[in-house]
Amino acid sequence: MHLVITLNGETIKKVEPHLGFIHRSIEKMCESLTYRQFIYVTSRMDYLSAHINNQACALCVEKGMQIEVPERAQVIRTIMAELTRIASHELWWGAMAMDIGAFTPFFHAFREREKINDIMEETCGARLTMNYMVPGGVMIDLHPDFQRKVKEFITLFKLKIHEYDELVTGNIIFRNRMKDVGFLSKEDAISYGCSGPAARGSGVSCDIRKLYPYDAYNKVQFEEVIETAGDSLARYMIRIKEMNQSVHIIEQLIDNIPEGDFQAKTKAVLKLPKGEFYTRVETARGELGVYIVSEGATTPYRIKFRSPGFSNLSALDHMARGSKLGDLVAMMGTLDLVIPDIDR
Amino acid sequence: MPLTSAFIIPCSLFDILKMWSLNNITGIIHDWLYQTFSPTWALTFEMVIAGVAVIGLFAVLGLILVIMERKVSAWIQIRLGPNRVGPKGMLQSLADTLKLLVKEGLTPGGADKFLFNLAPIIAMIVAMLLMAPIAFAKDFQLWDLNIGVLYVSAVSSIMVISILMAGWASNNKYSLMGAMRSGAQIVSYELSAGLSILSIVVLTGSLNISDIIYSQADGWWIFKGHIPVIISFVIFIIAVTAETNRAPFDLAEAESELTAGFHTEYSGMKFALFFLAEYVNVFIVCAIGATLFLGGWMPFHIGNWEGFNHVMDYIPSSIWFFGKTFFLIFVIMWFRWTFPRLRIDQLLNLEWKYLLPISMFNLLLVTVIAILGWHF
Amino acid sequence: MSNEELKTKITELLPAATFDESGEWLNINVEPSSWLSFAGKLRNNDSLFFDYLFCLTCIDWKTHLTMVCHLSSTKYRHNIVIKSKLDAGKPEIESVSHIWKTADFHEREVYEMFGVNFLNHPDLRLLILPDGWEGKNPMRKDFEDAVNMIKL
Repeated sequence: MHLVITLNGETIKKVEPHLGFIHRSIEKMCESLTYRQFIYVTSRMDYLSAHINNQACALCVEKGMQIEVPERAQVIRTIMAELTRIASHELWWGAMAMDIGAFTPFFHAFREREKINDIMEETCGARLTMNYMVPGGVMIDLHPDFQRKVKEFITLFKLKIHEYDELVTGNIIFRNRMKDVGFLSKEDAISYGCSGPAARGSGVSCDIRKLYPYDAYNKVQFEEVIETAGDSLARYMIRIKEMNQSVHIIEQLIDNIPEGDFQAKTKAVLKLPKGEFYTRVETARGELGVYIVSEGATTPYRIKFRSPGFSNLSALDHMARGSKLGDLVAMMGTLDLVIPDIDR
Repeated sequence: MPLTSAFIIPCSLFDILKMWSLNNITGIIHDWLYQTFSPTWALTFEMVIAGVAVIGLFAVLGLILVIMERKVSAWIQIRLGPNRVGPKGMLQSLADTLKLLVKEGLTPGGADKFLFNLAPIIAMIVAMLLMAPIAFAKDFQLWDLNIGVLYVSAVSSIMVISILMAGWASNNKYSLMGAMRSGAQIVSYELSAGLSILSIVVLTGSLNISDIIYSQADGWWIFKGHIPVIISFVIFIIAVTAETNRAPFDLAEAESELTAGFHTEYSGMKFALFFLAEYVNVFIVCAIGATLFLGGWMPFHIGNWEGFNHVMDYIPSSIWFFGKTFFLIFVIMWFRWTFPRLRIDQLLNLEWKYLLPISMFNLLLVTVIAILGWHF
Repeated sequence: MSNEELKTKITELLPAATFDESGEWLNINVEPSSWLSFAGKLRNNDSLFFDYLFCLTCIDWKTHLTMVCHLSSTKYRHNIVIKSKLDAGKPEIESVSHIWKTADFHEREVYEMFGVNFLNHPDLRLLILPDGWEGKNPMRKDFEDAVNMIKL
């Protein structure tokens, strides 16, 4: 991504995003891939929540095929999605602190993120682009060590999350850099189509996990974190609190993984009936929509991915006007822009 | 007596250490030169030796501080840092310098070639000039001029010219913005750095660096001067961190906003000169801080505790000086790897709305203390 | 609000609208000429209040294009899908970027990918494709790129 900024001294007058530098036209590629294949391409969209992208696609195919997903698979998916969310927020936390000028948090964040990556690697063999989802469940069963490792991680993470607050959240320089920077009102957040923490920071209730529960989210208790300040600090606090909520969700599920199949029995070749299917899931960045238009063939006729970053980015110009150049990196940091997600 | 015999062995060890302390070495060289040659030649040789020593110190300090910074940051960031070249990676910065030496020094097409090439040289010259009045050990000082403190604050402000030159001549928007930011920043923070230096000058009544050090023979100013001196020490550390363009005040080279700021277009040795000058400047400001507030090479003395002071004297003065200086350098590195960066308006607000009024009022307090003789 | 209630409400606003309930949400077909005024009514009507446009895209049916708009209300939590049939040769529709600001980016994307001309769009330039892109629109079904596309 390339931002063309018009400046008056240090003050921003206009921000124009130029996109497409890593556009791979995943939507077009998917038109020639079968319903089993196209899921794996979507890992490359928002690579930080690759797992949740796959989940959205699998859910959409399941909706079209009317596949009943076994409970065990649902719970596994939810746990993995929440682990991905924590990993994504960890990376965001480090990278955002780096944008603000603090280097150290990046390494501290990666220390814990590494543990999640190890769990992922042990479970499905991959660390970043997981490809663990298949229509009807998950690809392979959990590793016997999975529950122990996740519990270990949760214990460690609860100790370390205080370190994050001490190192960054409570820092006066950091708070001054974040407070009243990049204000986005509730009306604007809705109008710009913002979702995820970017919109919840402005007081919009938009957590898809709460509003339209999928997989095992209707079986767990968690809070939708909402702040009303609308500035960068609010968006920051939401992500920090969301990590705690994700840990809370995992804690409820990790001891209650039901026995049974990890995958529903499905046909080898999937053919979605003629029609249109839309699923919405909550990725770490916001609402991901998968829109499949089927003509009854083995490949989708048209796929549209409604990526959260694309809409969130469109609010950047509005937020940035009139603030200082240094604020722009803070805003981009708290919007949590992942460029492949915007470019697709 | 058992007590005395216990003391004899360490004391003889201290004597050996003392023999090899820097002031003795210079004394030996000085005597030998004057015995062997005529006074004119001896003076010439001494000047040549001093020049070579400064250039050598410049390079060695740069290398040591770079490796120190990398090791400190690695320690803070729970990683190992350089550990391949040499024992424990200690030769890494030497290898990096060699690499920079053989790299092509590019000059961008639209640049003002003369100013572009002059800027890093000015940065280096300023850093070298500042070495002159620093007392590295007892009687080990290149130039003990009577306005030492004034000289330091006057020469160090030339640094901003080299940064502005580099930013302007590069013909690059990032460089120009970085240069403008650092211009505003250095000019502002010079004020409170100067005012906090002045508080020591007021207490000592002298601008001469060796006078200032000798005035701390019965205790360092930071302990003798009550809270106002501690305040001016804190302000001094903040202001010099800003003056040397180090985080959290590294707006001139804010890499997430301005790529590399004023040295975006520099490569090879010209970049290395900026890089070395930055580290040598950090050393110099810390040396000044250590001299003014922590007694320079003066050992840790307490009032009239003769015995205690005598034991402290056995530690060579150069160790005292470098120990204090490197402690302050460590503190400044600690800042860098902990704090996020300020924004330009917050940076200027901090100086003009907080530090400057506080240091002005503080100077008034110090003056009252000095006049009434309330300090120890 | 249930689909039946939505239907009656929307028929009041736009009698010419036709409905399709085969999907998850209520689909409404509108003519491109009536889209802009209809969109304004959907956004501002107090009992509908569709303030959240979460997906705007286009489908190439070879014979014609269909512009698809997914709307949601953050107040009432009901969703609808608006569809508008566009001419394949000269697709044109009014821009709604002043009603929902997010439409700005989405319409620019549809403009370059499908060649739909959004009338009265404030800034209809290429967003994703490189400057100076000439030729066909990549997401159309008849797009051919001998170098970068591999036929499976």
